[in-house]
Amino acid sequence: MSQIEVQNLAKVFRVAERRAGLAGAFRGLVDRRMRDVHALAGVDFDIERGELVGYIGPNGAGKSTTIKILAGILTPTGGTCTVDGLTPWRDRRRHAARIGVVFGQRTQLWWDLPVIESFELLQRVYRVPEALFATNRDRMVELLRLGPLLDTPVRQLSLGQRMRADLAAALLHGPKLLFLDEPTIGLDAAAKLAMRDFVRTLNREEGVTVVLTTHDMDDIEALCERIMVIGQGRILIDGGIDELRRRVGNERVLIVDFEEGGSLEVLARELDGAGLRDVRVTGKRARIAFDAGAIAPAALIARVTSRFGVHDLFVEHPPIEHTVADLYAEHGEGDA
Amino acid sequence: MADTIALLGRYFGVSIRAQLQYRASFLLNATGQFVNSGIEFVGLWALFDRFGHLAGWTFAEVAFFYGVVNCTFAIADALTTGFDRFGTHYVKTGDFDRLLLRPRPTALQLAGHEFAVRRVGRLLQGLIVLAWATSALDIPWDAARVALLLVTVAGGIAFFFGLMVLQATLCFWTTESLEIMNVLTYGGVETAQYPLSIYHVAFRRVFTFVVPLACIGYFPVVAVLGVEDPLGTGRVFQALAPLAGVAFLGLSFVAWSIGVRRYTSTGS
Repeated sequence: MSQIEVQNLAKVFRVAERRAGLAGAFRGLVDRRMRDVHALAGVDFDIERGELVGYIGPNGAGKSTTIKILAGILTPTGGTCTVDGLTPWRDRRRHAARIGVVFGQRTQLWWDLPVIESFELLQRVYRVPEALFATNRDRMVELLRLGPLLDTPVRQLSLGQRMRADLAAALLHGPKLLFLDEPTIGLDAAAKLAMRDFVRTLNREEGVTVVLTTHDMDDIEALCERIMVIGQGRILIDGGIDELRRRVGNERVLIVDFEEGGSLEVLARELDGAGLRDVRVTGKRARIAFDAGAIAPAALIARVTSRFGVHDLFVEHPPIEHTVADLYAEHGEGDA
Repeated sequence: MADTIALLGRYFGVSIRAQLQYRASFLLNATGQFVNSGIEFVGLWALFDRFGHLAGWTFAEVAFFYGVVNCTFAIADALTTGFDRFGTHYVKTGDFDRLLLRPRPTALQLAGHEFAVRRVGRLLQGLIVLAWATSALDIPWDAARVALLLVTVAGGIAFFFGLMVLQATLCFWTTESLEIMNVLTYGGVETAQYPLSIYHVAFRRVFTFVVPLACIGYFPVVAVLGVEDPLGTGRVFQALAPLAGVAFLGLSFVAWSIGVRRYTSTGS
């Protein structure tokens, strides 16, 4: 049995339509027009123990709705979902004791309390035995470098420090499943890297299953072997990064440093042929975007090196942002 | 149960320490409460000074009613800040999610939101009035009387706690706390400061059967005072009446769980 099993999960919200203007607002008081919003329209997936899954999609696609249902704080309209054999929203309290949740935008800690007191209160809330608590606390303090922060009230922490404290707080009871909702939002580069390192360690060394939602594709590339893309309440893609790329055009970029500066016209004429999408030259460097399905990278490289003096070259994947933006565009979603 | 009480104790300890960090604020609030309810009592005294008695009740007797309900309310009020602020602090901000993510009953966590130490002002004032009324009336404090008074206060705390739970429950539908609930809480305290027998029969029915204010004030206090009830109730009924407060609390928790179910199905 998989750790998380989700079948045909559906969620319909009934929302009141807003009318324009003050008069409209008053009319809305007595005569409400309701509209159904299908946040989830039949979602299926399984997640095995020890997986690290990236769950992405544009705003409003159903990411948060799914996470809230999995965490037991939202009841779906239809479908089934079990986590370690429990139905989250029916067994809310038992389920809550077994999972950890971190919302990047919202702290789980007590604003006025020093970090350590929040931890000790959570120990009581989660009924963590003293010895286990001491072990977990010390490990988190070490991994997340919380030592100097323990006596600081939460309201005085920087965002990066607070996120580290929040991560520790979510793991003190030793959950085997962790939901991270945009954990790197607003963090500076160093804090993001530290966060990723920690999540990787947690997943690889402690075998904690992690479900991560994010808008930061670097998080995904750095961490996830598996990606689920949701759009309009359905799972569009469920697979590895390679699969995601394959689905939206197999684009690669060949970057060549020539020994002498060449002109764009010569290069374009010489390389005329199938599979080329975009060629740009700046000084001695050319960026050649091509479709790896139409022309094999090795063949293109052979063609370039046979005609020009090449100093250096390499092939790169386009940034995954582009891939995902293409995918959202394909499904008529997204803000862009 | 023991575990629940231990957790509440922990919450309260943390909350009290947090409040004592702001000492000036605490002292001013507590003093303000003391003076505020003190002035109310002076008004009561002025009334009796002019008219002598109220439908057969002496000033000391009414002072006893006053003291009991004020002590009761002060304690309940201190325990229910989380419910009082539920709309703006938890529903509007979506912070209620945070409570749902934890393996404890949401009502327990809300009770742990704050133990409002500043309510000690009202409590102290109530206790002083109660002490004075006791000596003025020369009440013989036997075990039965003490027990009944404690049961009365306990039932009263349950009742006012239930009112606050209902007030918070409405926030699941309205988001903001409804001022109209103050009619029942603060209005309730004012009402229960006077003996039930002075009110019109329609009010008496409402305060007995719908909002059982008289069951945690008037009826048991009549028994503690050891006087005959002008309304003709018997001692057994008077002694058991505070249980209505506990029943009221139970019903309010049923309403609460309906509200929570609504929240978890709409997500807001």
